[in-house]
Amino acid sequence: MDALMNFGQGIFGGIWPAVWTLLKIVLIVAPLMLSIAYLTWAERKVIGYMQVRIGPNRVGPWGLIQPIADGLKLLMKEIVVPSGANKAIFIIAPMLAIAPALAAWAVVPFNETLVLANIDASLLYIMAITSMGVYGIILSGWASNSKYAFLGAMRAAAQMVSYEISMGFALICVLMVSNSLNLVDIVHAQDQGRFASWGLSFLSWNWLPLLPMFLVYLIAGVAETNRAPFDVCEGESEIVAGFHVEYSGMAFAVFFLAEYGNMILVSTLTSIMFLGGWLSPVGFLPDGILWLFAKVAAILFLFLWFRATFPRYRYDQLMRLGWKVFVPVCLIWLVVVGVWMMSPLNIWN
Amino acid sequence: MADIRNFTLNFGPQHPAAHGVLRLVLELDGEVVQRADPHIGLLHRATEKLAETRTWVQSVPYMDRLDYVSMMCNEHAYCLATEKLLGIEVPERGKYIRTMFDEITRILNHLLWIGCHALDVGAMTMALYTFREREDLMDAYEAVSGARLHAAYYRPGGVYRDLPDRMPQYEASTWTSAKKAGELNENRSGSLLDFLEDFTNRFPTYHSEYHTLLTDNRIWKQRLVNVGVVTPERAKQMGFTGAMLRGSGIAWDLRKKQPYAAYDKVEFDVPVGVNGDSYDRYLVRMEEMLQSNNIIKQCIAWLRKNPGPVITDNHKVAPPPREGMKTNMEELIHHFKLFTEGIHVPAGEAYAAVEHPKGEFGIYFISDGANKPYRMKIRAPGYVHLAGMDEMSRGHMLADVVTIIGSQDIVFGEIDR
Repeated sequence: MDALMNFGQGIFGGIWPAVWTLLKIVLIVAPLMLSIAYLTWAERKVIGYMQVRIGPNRVGPWGLIQPIADGLKLLMKEIVVPSGANKAIFIIAPMLAIAPALAAWAVVPFNETLVLANIDASLLYIMAITSMGVYGIILSGWASNSKYAFLGAMRAAAQMVSYEISMGFALICVLMVSNSLNLVDIVHAQDQGRFASWGLSFLSWNWLPLLPMFLVYLIAGVAETNRAPFDVCEGESEIVAGFHVEYSGMAFAVFFLAEYGNMILVSTLTSIMFLGGWLSPVGFLPDGILWLFAKVAAILFLFLWFRATFPRYRYDQLMRLGWKVFVPVCLIWLVVVGVWMMSPLNIWN
Repeated sequence: MADIRNFTLNFGPQHPAAHGVLRLVLELDGEVVQRADPHIGLLHRATEKLAETRTWVQSVPYMDRLDYVSMMCNEHAYCLATEKLLGIEVPERGKYIRTMFDEITRILNHLLWIGCHALDVGAMTMALYTFREREDLMDAYEAVSGARLHAAYYRPGGVYRDLPDRMPQYEASTWTSAKKAGELNENRSGSLLDFLEDFTNRFPTYHSEYHTLLTDNRIWKQRLVNVGVVTPERAKQMGFTGAMLRGSGIAWDLRKKQPYAAYDKVEFDVPVGVNGDSYDRYLVRMEEMLQSNNIIKQCIAWLRKNPGPVITDNHKVAPPPREGMKTNMEELIHHFKLFTEGIHVPAGEAYAAVEHPKGEFGIYFISDGANKPYRMKIRAPGYVHLAGMDEMSRGHMLADVVTIIGSQDIVFGEIDR
């Protein structure tokens, strides 16, 4: 590593730190894009098998080249801008949707050291950045000058804002018990306690003491990424495709990438905050990045499973769930955790 | 200040939930429907007018294309009306075959309905599960008529031919290995009746899978309960029939009230709802599938024991057997007259209706004694139900409109005719 640093320093001189950071960004984004591509493939395969069909199997063995073919097709296609659309916003909106989905990865730790920016307020950064994603959707719906897209944008705005609140509360509980806003520290905090010392660290992860928050975060995460059964803002059978009904070609694909990128992001954050990140579930196995990937994959599978099983919520029922169920549950559990921490039964010291 | 106007949304004709070509002009206040204005006619094919220039038998295939998910029931109404004018009787076995295929058709229709309804409400897996079962019933259609959808199997006077003794088989190909084909052919080794019996034994298991996925699902209930409520009085006033009427709690079923075919000889129950909402209609149709399954079982048992003719021996209506035609002058003449001129139907009027999967499907004929109807009128249940759209969806949200369309089980083939 030192040799690499010296070599870089020698070639680039003063701008080496910037080049090195750029390299690291590429190293995160490139595999991420690949995962997004193959998540679409996995989705089609998994849901296919759940629905007594076999999913893509024509392009490459088991249809493995399918996502590449889809990407190429979308790249070739014309981006049609509707005549009444606000052209500038119409083009900027997909970028606004995908930028936060990628920027949030800057602070996501893959293990102790493998993190682009190990900043102290990384949790805060994540909450701030992911809240930006909704602007892309609202602006796309507005700029399309289409009634369906407009309805989709309105739904998205209301939905994302309300689920952000319960998501935030869930994270506050995590913050309280970990005593840190730093994601690496949050993972470390889960490696302590009675169960961890017995070698059963999966019982000392946050999901157990914060079970209601874990569920709220998981469900709010599904809602936040606009996935079934909370996909009211694209609601195929109601408002056709919602906010991206007028988009085609790569502009559409970018929304798609953002949605799947957000899915992976939410799964990763759930793993880090509630499922112990890269920690191994039992003492005799080593910790490692593979554990994180396994946990992320398991949660992503849940996303796909939900989609194959549940009918879609109606817009007002979705809001009711957010405001009348999740927010009260969060508020109560926040107090419970606070009291718990102050009581002699505190398990987090 | 600019005045605030309601949002007008053109829902369809190109819309994933438009069930074909429904064009619904919705007036929305936010997402709440203030007025729903259905526009029809985009699938108009002038079936009634076409029938005036076709002989009586030639119009049978047009019936398939009316409600293209319950083909044989449409044919049944047409044949019943023709037989009424002709004053002929269908042989007993023909009646049982018609009863059995009416019920197969009912299951076919309801399977498509629940699949599409669930898909509209967002549970897309249902559609693929129901198509798995539809496949078997489509094969039964194919076995008797050669066509999977537009069967043209019923004829005035009976059905075209007796049930086949063997089922179509899968053959090994590039995509189907010999082993796979053998597995697929396992329940096709016997006659059509064996195949259907096997299906009726399997169907309750599939049916309970649908119940598991939907009936107690909280989201499904939230989306359906108290959506599109129709009171029994309004249901009668608006002329609703079928599950739309029974869902409101009125036990009206033509199979019981004016039995035709062999419905007076088979046992079945008529499920009714309580609240008249979409959920009750869902439960009614789900139960109807099981009842149909029972009727099919009874028909299979009867048909196994009672061989006989399936179409009338009145050769002014039904063609004579082919052997007879080759040896017998009179039958040759009958054959020639039938296939050149067609049936001659006495002058008069007749209305016959069947309990179609969607409601009362009726055919009204005026005959002037020629070999073509003077006028044919189709009473399509979906047309009447669609007219209730505005009343049912007013005050509900946009997503409920989709639920209500699904719950009405409308098909544009019959509405636009």
